[in-house]
Amino acid sequence: MIPEIGLFVLFLALIIAAIQAVVPMVGAVRQDVYLMALGNRLAVIQFFLVTISFTSLIYAFVISDFSLLIVYNNSHSLKPLLYKISGVWGNHEGSMLLWVLILSMFGAALAIWGKNISPTLKARVLSVQSMIGVAFLAFILFTSNPFLRLNPVPSDGRGLNPVLQDPGLAFHPPLLYLGYVGFSMAFSFAVAALIEGKIDDKWGRWVRPWALAAWVFLTAGIALGSWWAYYELGWGGWWFWDPVENASFIPWLLGTALLHSSVVVEKREGFKNWTVLLAILTFSMSLLGTFLVRSGILTSVHTFATDPERGLFILLILFVTIGGALGLFAIRAPIIKNNFKFAPVSRESALLYNNLFLTIGCAIVLLGTLYPLFLEFASNGESKVSIGPPYFNITFLPIMIPLVAAIAVGPMLSWKRGVIGELYVKLLFAAGSCLITIFIVLILVPEGPILAACSMGLAAWIAAGCLIEWASRIRLFNSKSITNTGRLIKSSKSANGMTLAHLGIAILIVGITGASAWQKEITTSMAIGETIKVNNYSLTLKKVQIGKGPNYNLERGTFSLIKSNNSSIIMHPERRYFPVARQATTEAAIKTTLLADFYLVIGESRDTIDNKNEWTVRFYINPMMFWLWLGVATMVLGGLLSLSDRRRGISIPVRKKA
Amino acid sequence: MKRFILIIPIIVFIIIIAVLSVMTLQTKEGRNPSIVPSALLGKEAPNIELPMLARNIPGGFKGSDLVGRVNIVNVFSSWCVPCLAEHPQISWLATNGFPIYAINHRDNVSDASNWLKKHGNPYVAVGFDPEGRASLEWGVGGVPETFIINASGIITYKHIGPITKEILKEKILPKLHEAKR
Repeated sequence: MIPEIGLFVLFLALIIAAIQAVVPMVGAVRQDVYLMALGNRLAVIQFFLVTISFTSLIYAFVISDFSLLIVYNNSHSLKPLLYKISGVWGNHEGSMLLWVLILSMFGAALAIWGKNISPTLKARVLSVQSMIGVAFLAFILFTSNPFLRLNPVPSDGRGLNPVLQDPGLAFHPPLLYLGYVGFSMAFSFAVAALIEGKIDDKWGRWVRPWALAAWVFLTAGIALGSWWAYYELGWGGWWFWDPVENASFIPWLLGTALLHSSVVVEKREGFKNWTVLLAILTFSMSLLGTFLVRSGILTSVHTFATDPERGLFILLILFVTIGGALGLFAIRAPIIKNNFKFAPVSRESALLYNNLFLTIGCAIVLLGTLYPLFLEFASNGESKVSIGPPYFNITFLPIMIPLVAAIAVGPMLSWKRGVIGELYVKLLFAAGSCLITIFIVLILVPEGPILAACSMGLAAWIAAGCLIEWASRIRLFNSKSITNTGRLIKSSKSANGMTLAHLGIAILIVGITGASAWQKEITTSMAIGETIKVNNYSLTLKKVQIGKGPNYNLERGTFSLIKSNNSSIIMHPERRYFPVARQATTEAAIKTTLLADFYLVIGESRDTIDNKNEWTVRFYINPMMFWLWLGVATMVLGGLLSLSDRRRGISIPVRKKA
Repeated sequence: MKRFILIIPIIVFIIIIAVLSVMTLQTKEGRNPSIVPSALLGKEAPNIELPMLARNIPGGFKGSDLVGRVNIVNVFSSWCVPCLAEHPQISWLATNGFPIYAINHRDNVSDASNWLKKHGNPYVAVGFDPEGRASLEWGVGGVPETFIINASGIITYKHIGPITKEILKEKILPKLHEAKR
């Protein structure tokens, strides 16, 4: 009975969404306050209905109701509760329902908290948001109904893909979707503004918190996914330039550009058309990402549920949504007037530079991701290529270096007209830190590569630049130090958030450099009692035990890792075999220290010629891995701090004109 | 001019959508996105040395042994069911004068030897690759896979998956004749 309720309310939600897509828009055109206000209620009702539907699906998974096809295909009665719940979105139908839940949640959030947004704009935003909702609700109901029944009822389920039986699945997809779908708000604001034909500083101020929230979620979601791949796949790496990873990285790059360009709209009423275009494109890339993951037209290590049939439907949604928005942009953008000038050296220029490089970077990743498809298309299926890390390392990294190097300078420049002379001393100091860092790294790691040392220097340059800018903003070095604490508190949280996020980039660079330039990898086979030496470490296989987990069998190795100074640690990598799915997973043993991760994977055992047992063992030393995660966490914290700024909060008090 | 610039995004977008739709339709009709030809096509066969499997089985070879005539390299394992399915075709090729080398992929000595004893050994030489190290060099994604190498030691063709009778007739034989030219 409960699944039928879930399906029924989903139909109701579709009807409500259809009404919401039309009524507030009509209200805005007619200036009818009642119709516009109706939009708020409809948004909340829509969210409420989708929540009921989603909850009923969770319920079916929790009680292991195998009369539902989706539960039978993706769950098993022996599975731990956490994985029963996260199994809801570990498959196509459930994940689309989560997608729509988040979409309607953002609509409801705007309806409830967006009190200070002009009523006509808000009504239009809610309408546009609901149009997307209609498309995806129809998609679920007509092609991906999660509430399909099975008759006769099977006695047990087929289990969830073992790779997905991990706490990572509980958090990664919801966060990623909050990011992807969060950009729908920026999209709706952009389309609404184009319809209204008016974009001003207030629009910039209203759209920014939504874009920022989506950016925070997307950043955290990507990082969590990367971390998950790092410890679960057992390949020692954290980023593989896989199409599905790129699909989340492309909107991230554009979303980051959007965050920066919307500042110019807010502060200077400039870059209006460009910001609107970015808002449209960012969400378009989120939709494209959803399509690439779901359609199965590209191969990926992360694709779990694909179906070209549904891919076509998503493509249709893409065509209507994005095509409509871009068409509207082509028609309406000319009427939006930019009356805005700035000097070549100014904050505006710096942000333009930022946008330029982020957009080029995004184009490169997009090209690399889609190129195999285009080539196959152009050659009529004759030539196929796969594009991997070498392409991205050669093309993408050179674009990112000038971008991140500018982080140290940009925030120091003043609006309208900056003076280079003022920055001289500050930049000299940052350059000094950079050189000293390069020098120290070369002494500590004399075997190079030199580029790694330069990259560490780059991180120091950024960090020094950020800290100097922050220090001069709160006048840290001014004589009356008592007032400094007060200044720190008063100094805007959003500016401090920016500094923190930029520092995060510097820390991230330290991690990326260490983990990619200095990584050591050994693949070998080891018998019990055997020892291998890597750098200053010796690794010994002590024993291998066989055991049982809740729904899998396991082989568990015991290794001891001894450093040259005789401190030793014990590591337990595991290999798990899931009988229900007939699939094995590796559980890497990872020992994290400030300077390096020790990463150990145990593979299949085999008999050697003299009938001894040997295990394939892969051992990685990943230097600075901790800093990589710390960097991303700092960026997320920076975003949250900026988001918590009350002047920018979701309900923004009307600012007095200065 | 400005108008034209504003139209660019939608034009680019429509092109992307068009290509994606065609590819999705082809995927629906059975295009397999995971089949990517080897990066080694048109390049020299990797010169990694493969040890012999056992004393009584001719074997051990390296890339440079494959120069001088058209050769076939077949990747197989005793645990691989499709390998058994293609074994008659491999044997047919061998009896019809095509020299075939084997890479025994992620296997163990006793299973592989027994398999060859039971089903016949059509191979000129068998190279033992228990850890898949050589297979990695050869760009092997899974078993079975078959390479055609011309007289100058260049890989001219790679087939992924079992060689059925149809594939033998329609793909492998024509490619072998091409390689001879």
